[in-house]
Amino acid sequence: MVENIIFSITAYFTDKIPRIPLGRWTDQAIEFLQIHCRDSTKAISDFLEIMIKGLQEGLISIPILLMILAVAAVAWKSAGRKVAIFSLVGLLFIWNIGLWNVTMQTLAMVLAAVFMCVLLGVPLGILMAKNLTAYRIIAPVLDFMQTLPAFVYLLPAIPFFGLGVVPAVITTLIFAMPPVIRLTYLGLIQVPEELMELGKSFGSTFFQMLFKIELPLARSTIMAGINQCIMLSLSMVVIAAMIGAKGLGGVVWTAIQTLNMGMGFEAGVAIVILAIILDRITSSLGNSQGKEG
Amino acid sequence: MTKITINNLTKIYGNNPEKALELMDKGFSNSDIRQETKQVVGVRETSFTVDEGESFVIMGLSGSGKSTLLRCINMLIAPSRGEILIDGEDVTRVSGDRLMQLRRKKMSMIFQKFALLPNRRILDNVAYGLEIQNLTRNQRYEKAREAIAMVGLQEWEDAYPHSLSGGMQQRVGIARALATDPDILLMDEPFSALDPLIRQDMQDDLLALQQKLRKTIIFITHDLDEALKIGDNIALMKDGEIVQSGSPEDILLSPSSDYVARFVENINWTRALTASAVMVKPRVVMYPKDGPMMALRNMERHGISSLFVTDRSGGLIGYITAEDAYNAVENGIKQLDGIIQKDMPVSSPDTVLSDLLEIMANTKVPMAIVNESNELKGVLVRGSVIAGLAGSRREAGE
Repeated sequence: MVENIIFSITAYFTDKIPRIPLGRWTDQAIEFLQIHCRDSTKAISDFLEIMIKGLQEGLISIPILLMILAVAAVAWKSAGRKVAIFSLVGLLFIWNIGLWNVTMQTLAMVLAAVFMCVLLGVPLGILMAKNLTAYRIIAPVLDFMQTLPAFVYLLPAIPFFGLGVVPAVITTLIFAMPPVIRLTYLGLIQVPEELMELGKSFGSTFFQMLFKIELPLARSTIMAGINQCIMLSLSMVVIAAMIGAKGLGGVVWTAIQTLNMGMGFEAGVAIVILAIILDRITSSLGNSQGKEG
Repeated sequence: MTKITINNLTKIYGNNPEKALELMDKGFSNSDIRQETKQVVGVRETSFTVDEGESFVIMGLSGSGKSTLLRCINMLIAPSRGEILIDGEDVTRVSGDRLMQLRRKKMSMIFQKFALLPNRRILDNVAYGLEIQNLTRNQRYEKAREAIAMVGLQEWEDAYPHSLSGGMQQRVGIARALATDPDILLMDEPFSALDPLIRQDMQDDLLALQQKLRKTIIFITHDLDEALKIGDNIALMKDGEIVQSGSPEDILLSPSSDYVARFVENINWTRALTASAVMVKPRVVMYPKDGPMMALRNMERHGISSLFVTDRSGGLIGYITAEDAYNAVENGIKQLDGIIQKDMPVSSPDTVLSDLLEIMANTKVPMAIVNESNELKGVLVRGSVIAGLAGSRREAGE
């Protein structure tokens, strides 16, 4: 009896209800966007291309020793002696194993992605904190962006932006922007009520509240978001080597395809060194603000 | 002159205040309104006036609506109904721009937990109110420094708030409020977060400042001792309504309801305490042969307006007032003996305080406490009586 019921329900599902063609709709939507938004994607693509190429060439054109010393000096100033020494030794090592130029390519992509993330993410975070409707729209989109496997949007980026660094940076953007938005939002809603009252009771305007009270107080939280954004960007630009972004990820990708373990390991170590330097410097930037204040 | 007039002010919390107002007009109680409409009555049909230069204390337990009432005055909380007239202007009806101007120029707020910006130096914290008025750096620092000097923190200008003690942080809060030179100070339990000794110092300092500046102050507290010390007038709030208001003596001597009486009961040590327990040593006494100039200088130094005169062995003769001493100086009189007045209240050290309060309420001169042989043993001033009462209440483990 029960078996019969289950059987008929199963039969109903397999026979009568057609498969929902989510995949085909997605293809169609992308095709539609591809045809009708070509101009705007072209403009974005050109802009990013110029920015990234400029950054890459800029970084590479700096004399290597000067660059290494500059990074070490920044590290010393912000994060202390140990990090400075690590940066110095680590970067000299990267230079020594001949990965300097590809490392700079990766750094340029990370910087471009992070720059765009902050440029878009901080205002979106502010919007979320100030407007409930915006919060209700943005919050689920962020969940979606963070949980959707990166490879899934790595693919559609190609028809829009072609192969190369631009789609790599765009996918990195999608992957790495959520923490900036979320932590900006968090930092703003965590401003104590009494300090909000302070601002209002002395007659501050909306923007005075934002720039003189809320953002300064949210600063270390926002910096934590930017720090996470940098780390995520770094991991993503490596993955994005699959769609033609060069840099260290490209070396890793080549090593995988040719089963060249030594080469892969060298590139991997260079990525780790870069990650540690970026992490220590940016996280101490956030903290030093907190200590001072 | 009346500075602030509150007329039938009501604040309902919730999404449907109209319904609650309707029920309120039919005479429903707060708890009935809450049951019927899910709306919470914060402040209910409250009216009072505050004169220019007056310190008006609103007292009540937590949840009595006193903080809500205070925040209505600068519209941090928009009232549901009623008027708030400041210099005749109803702040509940002004435009956004005008409200901003009022907040910038006319009133400023002092907070329970100080509300200092941790990322700014003391100087920049104090200058905040001026900074948002777009004053130039020099202008605002100049005014901020004046305000910092008023609270005695000159050496801490460049420090950050976290390196200051609680009392000092609240001094910064007061300096910040004074820096914009407002007419009105809204003080939301400013000393509640401080420990008792510091709290008393701060109260004394506030009184001294107020002596000089004569701001109109609305002061919130849940502490009766503090209310009695600070307030020219006191309003007691319960369930969003003012249950009694009047001078400190009124409240102490004739509580209008059981609720007030129970409040006051805790402090009614006046029947248990004698004058000797709360009197203070006269800070300075004069002799009949002293000159009026010296008397004036002594009064000025101690911030008082009269001095007792004794003979060399400490026997009380009378008192002189600042006014008389001043006239004496003007008329070239060299000695005090011509201007001594003798109508001061006098009492013995073992008189019960409750017998003295009424006399003290009606006289401007401190009360002299003398022993059997007419030796001046101490002085009773309002402040010392209240401080004494507060002290004994604490000793009793209250």
